[in-house]
Amino acid sequence: MGNPFKSKAFVVLVPYIWLFVFFLAPFLIVLKISLSMTAIAMPPYVPAFDLSAGIGGILSDLKELSLENYAFLFSDSLYIKSYLSSLQIALVSTALLLLIGYPVAYGMARAPKAWRPTLVMLVILPFWTSFLIRVYAWIGILSREGLLNTFLTWAGLIDTPLTILSTNIAVYIGIVYSYLPFMVLPLYAALEKMDESLLEAASDLGCPPLKTFWVVTFPLSLPGVIAGCFLVFIPAVGEFVIPDLLGGSETLMIGKTLWAEFFSNRDWPLASSVAVILLLILVIPIVFFQNAQQRSQERNG
Amino acid sequence: MRKGPSLFNIVSVTLGFAFLYLPIVLLVIYSFNAGRNVAIWSGWSTKWYVAMVQNQQLLDAAWVTLRVGLLSATIATVLGTMAALALVRHGRFMGRTLFSGMVYAPLVMPEVITGLSLLLLFVAVGFDRGFWTVTIAHITFSLCFVAVVVQSRLVTFDRAMEEAAMDLGCPPFKTFFVVTLPIILPAIIAGWMLAFTLSLDDLVIASFTTGPGATTLPMRIYSAVRLGVTPEINAVSTVLIGIVTIGVISASLVTKRQEAERQKAERLAAAAP
Amino acid sequence: MAANAYSPIKRKFAPWDDPSAKPFIRFENVTKRFGDFVAVDDLSLDVYEREFFSLLGPSGCGKTTLLRMLAGFEKPSEGRILLDGQDISGVPPHRRPVNMMFQSYALFPHMSVEGNIAFGLKQDKMPKADIEARVQEMLRLTKLEPFAKRKPHQLSGGQRQRVALARSLAKRPKVLLLDEPLGALDRKLREETQFELMDLQQDLGLTFVIVTHDQEEAMTVSDRIAVMDHGQLVQVASPAVIYEFPSTRYVADFIGDVNFLSGKVSAVSGDDIDIKDDSLACTIRAHADNPGAKAGDDVWLAIRPEKMRISLDQPADTATNCVAGEVWDIGYLGDVSVYHVKLENGNVVKSTVANQTRLVERPISWDDKVWLTWPRDAGVVLTA
Repeated sequence: MGNPFKSKAFVVLVPYIWLFVFFLAPFLIVLKISLSMTAIAMPPYVPAFDLSAGIGGILSDLKELSLENYAFLFSDSLYIKSYLSSLQIALVSTALLLLIGYPVAYGMARAPKAWRPTLVMLVILPFWTSFLIRVYAWIGILSREGLLNTFLTWAGLIDTPLTILSTNIAVYIGIVYSYLPFMVLPLYAALEKMDESLLEAASDLGCPPLKTFWVVTFPLSLPGVIAGCFLVFIPAVGEFVIPDLLGGSETLMIGKTLWAEFFSNRDWPLASSVAVILLLILVIPIVFFQNAQQRSQERNG
Repeated sequence: MRKGPSLFNIVSVTLGFAFLYLPIVLLVIYSFNAGRNVAIWSGWSTKWYVAMVQNQQLLDAAWVTLRVGLLSATIATVLGTMAALALVRHGRFMGRTLFSGMVYAPLVMPEVITGLSLLLLFVAVGFDRGFWTVTIAHITFSLCFVAVVVQSRLVTFDRAMEEAAMDLGCPPFKTFFVVTLPIILPAIIAGWMLAFTLSLDDLVIASFTTGPGATTLPMRIYSAVRLGVTPEINAVSTVLIGIVTIGVISASLVTKRQEAERQKAERLAAAAP
Repeated sequence: MAANAYSPIKRKFAPWDDPSAKPFIRFENVTKRFGDFVAVDDLSLDVYEREFFSLLGPSGCGKTTLLRMLAGFEKPSEGRILLDGQDISGVPPHRRPVNMMFQSYALFPHMSVEGNIAFGLKQDKMPKADIEARVQEMLRLTKLEPFAKRKPHQLSGGQRQRVALARSLAKRPKVLLLDEPLGALDRKLREETQFELMDLQQDLGLTFVIVTHDQEEAMTVSDRIAVMDHGQLVQVASPAVIYEFPSTRYVADFIGDVNFLSGKVSAVSGDDIDIKDDSLACTIRAHADNPGAKAGDDVWLAIRPEKMRISLDQPADTATNCVAGEVWDIGYLGDVSVYHVKLENGNVVKSTVANQTRLVERPISWDDKVWLTWPRDAGVVLTA
């Protein structure tokens, strides 16, 4: 066959090359920049790799790389606290999402068959509308003069307005709200596939309903649980928009920190080192996630 | 399920959906609020919609966002479909683990990392930032979502149909376009819509990779929000929500009607000898 | 010479017996490996033109792999496949003059019945008018004219099967391959379709190769059956020969019901072979149509239940071909009764009797003492 477009390799190579150039290679550049120093210049870092200087030039540039940014990161407790706080917030949010999302997904899976596509559509619909806008809506709800306080005061439940906005609690609400479809959908997919006759068999053999849930339903839904948790936890660690709009000055999240270093302080090298550390922290969960994805695809194939 | 939903099930689903939709409903209502304050109702008014339409910055940003969205979604769909084909059909090829890693990672990668890394790439090669860099960035992370959607459809695709086509004389390359593609088209379209939405919605990556003249709508909204709650944003949001809702509802109505026709036809056929 | 009970049954259409006939399909020492697993093991087979040939065997015996190699979807690891004298081992499926009817039918859901049938003809770039004519012909042949414009999801299972058949015949292939085509149909429809397929094959003069695990189906439709086991051919012969003259216990057991009486050869004299089993009182005397058996060999007599005569009365000669036992169980199937008789040595043997008279109470009942007898030529002596 003469036509190269017909070659099987073409189908593999084109996306491969794209992803390699625009996804993987940039990480190497981030690593390199993280080893550079900031400068009042464009680009605001030195050394800039000047290929025109040849191999000699590159080697001399390499000598100027340093781990100073990393040393700074580890010496300043702000960064360490940000990483830990981000992990904590992401973990707690994931747990909350599982707690809230599971009953919703379970209820959807038990709904009459005719309703299920509609319910799925209703879960997906908010996702199609702007994420930014939905987070922004919560500002109006949670602020001191916002809807929630107005309602609670009117109902006589509180005397002074609650400060929810600009606290970590608002961040939790925001993350749980925004990521809910990402938790519900994989859970629903796993629960819907479950063979109902397994529950009937358990009941027939004498197992009470609650116990049946823990020994039959939950274990079988585990792939969905894992998928949902990873889909939520990993991006939540690096989340920026929600802590920025809903969180306060004491909300330490590494996404915010990275953004501030980059846009406010114009310290690209430091921002890069923040990114590299974040990536290193997340590599293990990401690899787990990919393995789980591969295995579930193979099982379904 | 034979037993049907319990009270607990019904309550959890209702509460869950209420939680999901409350902010959206509030936004829509307050876009018609004559006053600026979100919590105080000052009467019905459409003045924010008028202001929105007169806001040239907003309209420009919307236009940029639309163009980026259409272009990146289309290219991402092509690339994502190819990636899905590669993963499902081409078995163990060299570098497959790396490839599948690169396809799945962006699904969960924090946007600040992808945004930063792409920007640094563009700067390092001296690529001027603007419309094209944002588009390239969007293509890169959208294609992974398309790949996942198309892949799950491909996995359940009955390959016997391709074999039947080849058996009847259709060469493999042509078989893909004449048999496979038409059948997996719904998944590809779903992938396109997903890529389009992701692009329309993206703030972080656009902020990193954009340049002069290519400010997107989410960026405008974000800066407006940072400065304080402006009700024009409510109007914009409502319009966007309205467009999406109409789109999704009509798509699902069409699908429902097709499904009902299908079932009716199947029942007719089953009754026949 | 008239066909006697000892020679294989002769048929009018038997090119495999004709030394001058050239095989239409030939598998030459074909082996197929999937990693460590050997699906087809050094298999050689000839199929003649206008044959209705069955590949029969349990799941995993390699019959489907063999068919797919013929269609071109698998390449042989070793060996060659010849079609009409030409080596097609390297020819891709879309260039072979062979068409296949798939087990799942594999109809194109986005095309109508006409579209499906015309698909192969379009690939050959046939003129539009000719395509039209051929499609109409196929629709007539398979009685699908009223459904021409429908899409597959608007058809019943039986109708879809006919579309798959029409589509695979549209190009008038030299060979039609059928992969378990009748599995999804209910019993009555399956039987009707079997006869329709046979008529079609005769009328069109095509060569059919069918893969099936249903031995009744193979027996009904085939000119010859190839019984396979673990990638190898065990016996290739016409249905009657396979049934009455199986070559091994595997074949005898696979097709229909059979009793095995085992023992050692005690004497071979002329046409007769005597077999003795110490746990049975009588001597088994059979026809020595298996020339390999010698005195002292371990052999089995394979005898079909319908060939065993059951009686409450003691026969005259109890020394030869006669065993006694107790009726242990009875299977009443309406048209026949199957008596399970427990012999003196503990083995259970089946005897099938046609219920020729209308009785509710049968003369032979549970726990009755009965005698089973059979003539010398009723069973086959097997050494494997």
